[in-house]
Formats: sequence, structure tokens, C-alpha cells
Amino acid sequence: MKIVIIGNGISGITTARYIRKQSDHEILVISAESDHFFSRTALMYIYMGHMKFEHTKPYEDWFWDKNRIALKNAYIQKIDFDNKKLFSDRGEEISYDKLVLSTGSVNNKFDWPGQDLKGVQGLITKQDVEIMEENTRGVTDAVVVGGGLIGIEMAEMLHSRNIHVNFLVRDDHYWGGVLPKEEAELVGRHIKEHGMNLMLRSELKEIISDDDGKVKAIITKDNKEIKCGFVALTAGVSPNISFLKATKLETDRGILVNEFLETNIKDVYALGDCAQFKNPKENHPPVEQLWYTGKMQGRALANTICGNKTEYERGIWFNSAKFLDIEYQTYGLMLKKPFDDEDTFYWEHKNGKISMRANFAKADGSLRGFNFFGIRFKQTVADDWIRNNQDISKCISNLNKGFFDPEFYKSHHKEIIENFNNAYPKFKANIPKKRFFVF
Amino acid sequence: MKIIRNTGLSIFLICFAVFLSLPFLGTYKLTEKTFKENFTDAQQQKILEPSLKNLFDKEYGNNISFISDYNKAFDNANKEFREKKEWDKVINDSHVLNIVKDSSGGFVKNNLALLFIICFLISSLGGLMYMVPALYLKPVAGIKNNHIYHRGITNRGIIAFLFAAFLIAFYICIYQQPAYLSNWILLVDGLSTTLTGAAASQWFLYGFLYCLVMSVMSVRMFIKYRNNNYEKLRTCSVLFFQIAFAFMIPNILTKLQLPSMDFKNIWPLDYTFFFDYHLTQLTSNGMLGYWMLGWGIFLIVVGVPVMVYFFGKRWYCSWVCGCGGLAETLGDPFRQLSDKSLKAWKFERIIVHSVLVFAVIMTAAVLYTFFTGSSSILGIDTYSIRQAYGFGIGFMFAGAIGTGFYPVMGSRVWCRFGCPLAAYLGIVQRFKSRFRITTNGGQCISCGNCSTYCEMGIDVRAYAQNGENIIRSSCVGCGVCAAVCPRGVLKLENLAEEGRFDAYVRPEEKAF
Repeated sequence: MKIVIIGNGISGITTARYIRKQSDHEILVISAESDHFFSRTALMYIYMGHMKFEHTKPYEDWFWDKNRIALKNAYIQKIDFDNKKLFSDRGEEISYDKLVLSTGSVNNKFDWPGQDLKGVQGLITKQDVEIMEENTRGVTDAVVVGGGLIGIEMAEMLHSRNIHVNFLVRDDHYWGGVLPKEEAELVGRHIKEHGMNLMLRSELKEIISDDDGKVKAIITKDNKEIKCGFVALTAGVSPNISFLKATKLETDRGILVNEFLETNIKDVYALGDCAQFKNPKENHPPVEQLWYTGKMQGRALANTICGNKTEYERGIWFNSAKFLDIEYQTYGLMLKKPFDDEDTFYWEHKNGKISMRANFAKADGSLRGFNFFGIRFKQTVADDWIRNNQDISKCISNLNKGFFDPEFYKSHHKEIIENFNNAYPKFKANIPKKRFFVF
Repeated sequence: MKIIRNTGLSIFLICFAVFLSLPFLGTYKLTEKTFKENFTDAQQQKILEPSLKNLFDKEYGNNISFISDYNKAFDNANKEFREKKEWDKVINDSHVLNIVKDSSGGFVKNNLALLFIICFLISSLGGLMYMVPALYLKPVAGIKNNHIYHRGITNRGIIAFLFAAFLIAFYICIYQQPAYLSNWILLVDGLSTTLTGAAASQWFLYGFLYCLVMSVMSVRMFIKYRNNNYEKLRTCSVLFFQIAFAFMIPNILTKLQLPSMDFKNIWPLDYTFFFDYHLTQLTSNGMLGYWMLGWGIFLIVVGVPVMVYFFGKRWYCSWVCGCGGLAETLGDPFRQLSDKSLKAWKFERIIVHSVLVFAVIMTAAVLYTFFTGSSSILGIDTYSIRQAYGFGIGFMFAGAIGTGFYPVMGSRVWCRFGCPLAAYLGIVQRFKSRFRITTNGGQCISCGNCSTYCEMGIDVRAYAQNGENIIRSSCVGCGVCAAVCPRGVLKLENLAEEGRFDAYVRPEEKAF
């Protein structure tokens, strides 16, 4: 059986690797972006000079041959689902028995005047980094539009080149659609600490060109003009499926799939950024655009393709990010407001850069989730507590079991317990007994 | 701030240029007095004087022709005996370094204090002026590896190769031709006399430079990793052990006319520990000597395995060891240059364990000779085995390649491919230790920072992205993978041995 995978991102590659682990099927991965799989999450580090492109490749180049995963650098333009054939832009014809679509994302653009000028771009692909290198040459001032994860990455990239960043955020706070107010403010302060101009409640109206068709300024909706030589458009991403429109493949925002990642066409599957769940779980987004979910979906789909039909199961939600110098880890469903049946406990260190939040059920105090800023926490511990409805007072008492900061870091456990007991006297967290080093 | 930075860099470069020019300066004149002070034996004087007489009071404008003429004259005196194979009459030690030092005159000799201040103190100051403004230019603490791959010095540019060439040349001179560095050694003569009671040798200069470079580069570490207590403490520790244990204590012991010993240096890294002269020196110095011998053996037999069991080999390699200390300070800007390929790992395992075997065989042969008095085993001269080890491993590998290749192959070339003690520590760490780098569940995003900044060339990501803990014999526990990880995935820990190889599996995937 010949399995063809379009897209060599984490979803497609995980699918390929796990199919190979359990079968001898012929596997072909097609991508127009790069010859080999690389970590898209690391693109920013190439621009900043932390790494070179080769360092972002998780597997050495011989790996693919050795595992009999064929790679092809080509752009698929058209798919003939009836005859199971793919057509590349160079007129090649590729047949398949099963097809996996993992084509990723494209930038959201909202028809802003000037959005296609030179010096205006987003950051998704390897080519974007190369273009950004060109576009930022000699630039002193830049504007980042969109207060999300890619936005802050691009802000950090620009900052590393001593380019002054004007950070346009639509909400009242940075990433205000996702982060609770306190956390969003914490990140906001940190952005300003780095000398960036964080402009909250600001939206882009128009991008203005100079005589050479290059950006020279932007105008916000409240008619402020900001001079800049570079504009980063990071107002979210959406599934990269334009080449699939007007085919019999069912699509909405993304390619519609069920919980087995099957599309409406037999032997055609979709996963990762380009897939949209027909029936998403309550409170879960229909399109999951995360590294982690791509990886999990790939493993489940590999099972299904190899004959062991497996439902994609998200499990206890988790995610992480880094906002300039502040690390963020989250476990459980932590939205900007706790659910109605939940209470929330928030603690912040007096330096304003370290914090934690725990949400728990009002009724019985069972833990629902954590947010950590500037504290590393073990996934296994958080997952286990949330899954088993651990009592919040026990969780707070035993936080030290999950702390994952490097050795000799100061623990804030005692302070957190005291704050918790003050905030929720009906629960009582205890300071754990000091364990002496026992051989 | 940028002005201070650039001024500091200029000051450093000027001082460094002065330092580099010193060996080529000064005048050299051998006098009869100098000759007789260095060869006190009347018999030797009689043999050497006819040849060396031509040089007396002749002034040379540079040390190269002086050393060349001196060596020629010295060989000439011995020539007759060599031809007649009268080996007992041949004078082996030419005292060339001391002769050159004593014959030196002119600018350098007349300005030792001033040059000491320029070459060592002002240059350090320049270095600090270059580094400390980072606190103001990058006021927010955090990992900043910006532009490492944009700069030639840290990305194998021409300047990196020039620096490597300098380091290699330095090691060749220190080990093989210290006479050419006589002016540098003269600079630290005063310090040496104060500390050890004797004029400086090339090793005193080396030890002094080692401490100085480590001290200055430690400041850089404290600034760069100021958000990371593990890195700060570790840097304090290596710096303390270098200055106190490797430099001060041995020198003070020498001054007290006791056997000198670096109490933290462990065989087989300290490959001369079981050499006959060393054993004789220890055993002829009463209780202290025996205690030193006992301490050295205790470290090998008990210290290494017990400490590695509880803390991993990091307790030595990145908290105590001098080679590690230099790698973690001077070498830190180059750590990313280590080769992460599977091929390099295969080479590493073969080479480092071969060196360990070589060290064991060499030491066994030396001890065999020490106890039996017979100088050959199976027809092989034990002295030549030991000489081969000293030249091949002690000088070439540990010195010229180990440090000289910092700007090309990363900071731990010796520790990774060559150090027999690291191999021994590593075997314990791999098979019987509580130490591991724990991976935090499924949080890895495969970005590659950990692998890139692993100085030992471990592909950390390969483990982390599979949720596996990192348990590798080569890991020196520097902690930088955990420090550079943007998602808080890695942590160095000493935990129960049980389950340390178990990978993380999501509860949902346990059935897969």
C-alpha cells in the first residue's frame, strides 16, 4: 500500500514515523517548503542567531532513507480524488492508495489596505524567515500587528536586531482572548520592560507605502500614524486549504474530519493545523493549531491507517510558550475566565514576573487546571491531579512534588500556601515537612 | 555603555597585542656567570665551556637566533659522546629556559612590573569593561544567545581559526619549546618567588594564566546566566577549585618544601600519579606523603563511584575539574560547535574508551617497572609506552587539541573524546547512578536549543521529544540544556534509580 502525505510538518512526519514503526507500507512525504522535516517552532531562533537551519532538524538526513520514508520536494496543485492521483505544479503525476493531508496554515489577512506591500509579512514558513532577513535590513522601527504567540515571537526577533517594536494589540491586554487579566498584565509589563511600545486596544487600519512600494508607516483605527520599515502581520492563522476548495472534499474553515481524522472521502485523512473537527468537544477549539496536538493526532492516525482504528483523544489539555524571558506552562482547560462552577486562586511574586493560578470546582474543591508563569511544573503531576479530581488543598500542599525549576532555584511554595490559606480559609493547605537528604 | 564596551575591547586587544609581541622583544646575552649559575657541576662546566664560550658576551637582538645558537653549541658539546655512544657522559638537560631567562635584557627585563600590569591587569580590566556593560545593554535577565551564529568568532569564522591557531601554538610552545616564551615567564617570576620561593617555570605561567582567564571569563558566566542559580554556583565551584586546589595549594606546598599535589586531580586524568618518581617522592616524605598517596587512591576507588552514584559525573566534570573549569568559562562561547551527529558519538565512544584502556596499560607497565625493576614487558620498553602516552595524550590531545580546538569543535573536545577519567566516571554514570536529566512529559517542541548548546555533543532533543530521560555516559551535567530550553522541559536531578529509563507515555496512549 502506498501512503502519500502532503506536508512535512510535525503532524505529517509523526504520522509517517508511526506508520513505519508498525508496518511496511510505502510512504511518501511531499513538501514544497523544505527537503527535510524541521521544527517550525524554532524558526525564530534562526533569525536571532541562536541556531542555524540545520540545528532545527530533529533527525539527521540519513534518517529518512534508513526508515524508508521517501521525501519529495514538490508543490501539489490539484488532487483527483476519484482516481487517487496528485498533480504537482511541474506537471508530475503521483498516485496514492491512502492520502494524508497535513498542509498546515496560512496567515490571516483582513483585507487591510497595503497588506501585500514589501516589508509586510507573517511568520509561518522557512521562506518567511529568509524574507524577513531581507525585509528587516536597515530597518529601525517596526510594527507587530496581533497580540498572540507568533506576534510576541516576531517582536522578540525584531528586538534582537535592535529594531524598535510597536506592538499593536486589539484587546485590553496582551493575548487577552486567552490569558486571564493578571497573567496578561504580567506579560504586558514584561514586554514594556524590554523597551517595546505595547499599544493596547489598537487596531490596524491601513499600511502606507513609500515610492518604491515598500512600507513606510501604518495608520491605526484611531488614526495614529506610526513610521516603520517593517510590519509583522500575526493576527492568527487559518488552514492552508485553498487548493482543495471546489473539490468533493468537505471543508469549512479547515478540512472537516471526524474523531478518527477521516474526511468525507474514503482513504483520505487530514490532521494538524489544516484539519477541523466536525464535532469538537465542549470548550475545545474545532481547529487545533498546536505542535503537541499535531503530534498526538499523528500517532492516532498512524494507528488507524495501519488497521488499528484509534480515536484521537486530546487528554488533559496542556500547552506552553515563552514570552521573551518568561516561560509559561498551562495544564487543564484554563481560559481567560474560570468556568461558572469554578473558583480561582492566583498568586504572583512581588517581582511581578512569577505567578501561578489554580482553578478548582466550587462544590468539592477538585482541581481543574494550572497556569504557571516563570515556574516550571511537571506535566505528569498536573495531569494526574486534574484527571483524578485531586483536592485543591492537597494540590497546593504538594506543589513541591511538581516543581521542575533547576536545582538551587528559590521555591515559593511557602508563600503560595500562605496566600492560598488566606484567600480560601475553608480549605487548608499545609506546609510539607522538610525531608532531610536520606541516602 | 556601548562606548565603554568598545573602549574595553580596544584596551584588551592592545594589551593582547603587547603580550603577543613580548617573546619577540629584548636582547639576549649569555655571560660566563649565567652559564656557571645554571651548570653548577664542575665536570659539566668543563665539558660545555669550550663549545659555549663562543657565545659568551655576544649580544642577540632576538631569542630565536639566540636559542638556535645556544642549542647548536650545546649539541656540539655532546656530539662527541653521542658518536662514541658514551651515553653516561651525555648531558641531557640544557637548562635552555633558565639560560634564556637569565640572559634576557633590554626592554622587557627592565619593565617587568609595568608589563605585568599591562598584560595581565589592564587587559583583564579591558575584558571586564567589554563584558560588564551587558548588564545595562541587556537589562533583563534571561537566556540571550542572540547572534551566536552571526559572529565569526562563535561560528567558525576566520577569526575563530586564527584564535585556534594561537591556542595551538601556545600549547606547543608551553609543552615543547618554553624557551621561546621566556619573556612571558619572566613576567610572573616575581609572583612565583613570593608564592613558591622559586623562579617561575612555564608551568607556573600556565597555571597563572589559567586562573586569570577563568576568573575573567567567570564574570561573563555570572552575567550571562544571572537568572540561573545552578550555573552561578557551579561557576563559583570550578573557579574555587582551580584557584585554591590546582594553583595555590600546590604552590604553597612547594614553598614549604613538601611534595606538591593537586588534591582534586584524579588518576587517570592525572596520569603521572603512579609514575616512579612521583611514588618515590610521596613515599619518601613521611606521613604526609603516604596520606597523599592514600587520598589519591581513595578518590579513584571510593570517591569516584560513590559521588557519581549520588550526583552523576557532574560533581567532578563541571563542578571541580580544571579542564572542565576552563571549558565552562573560556569555552562557554564555543559550546555550540560540538558535533551532534550519530557518527561523532560512535567515534567518541571508541576513542575515549581506547584512551582509558591505554592509560590503564601504561600505568600497569609503569608500576610493573616500579615494583620489579624490569624495564620491559613482552619486549616493549615501559618507558616508551609512558613517553608515548605523555606526548600523544598528555600534550597533543589534552592540550593542543583539547583547548586549541575550542573555537572549531567546541569546548569539550578533550573531555568528550579524550579524557580517560571522564570515560571512567561515565561508565559509572551510565550504569549505576541516581543522576539523570528528566524530560517533562510531552512538553518538548523539538526546537533544538538543547542539542545545539550541549557542549558534549549529546543530541538531547532526540530523547526529550520522545519523553525519554537523558542518561548518557558523556553528560557532564553543565545544566545548559535545561537553561536554554524555552519550554521548561529539562531538569537535572538526582532521583531514585528505579524507572530512570522509563519514557513518558500519555495515559491516552498507554493502550497503543
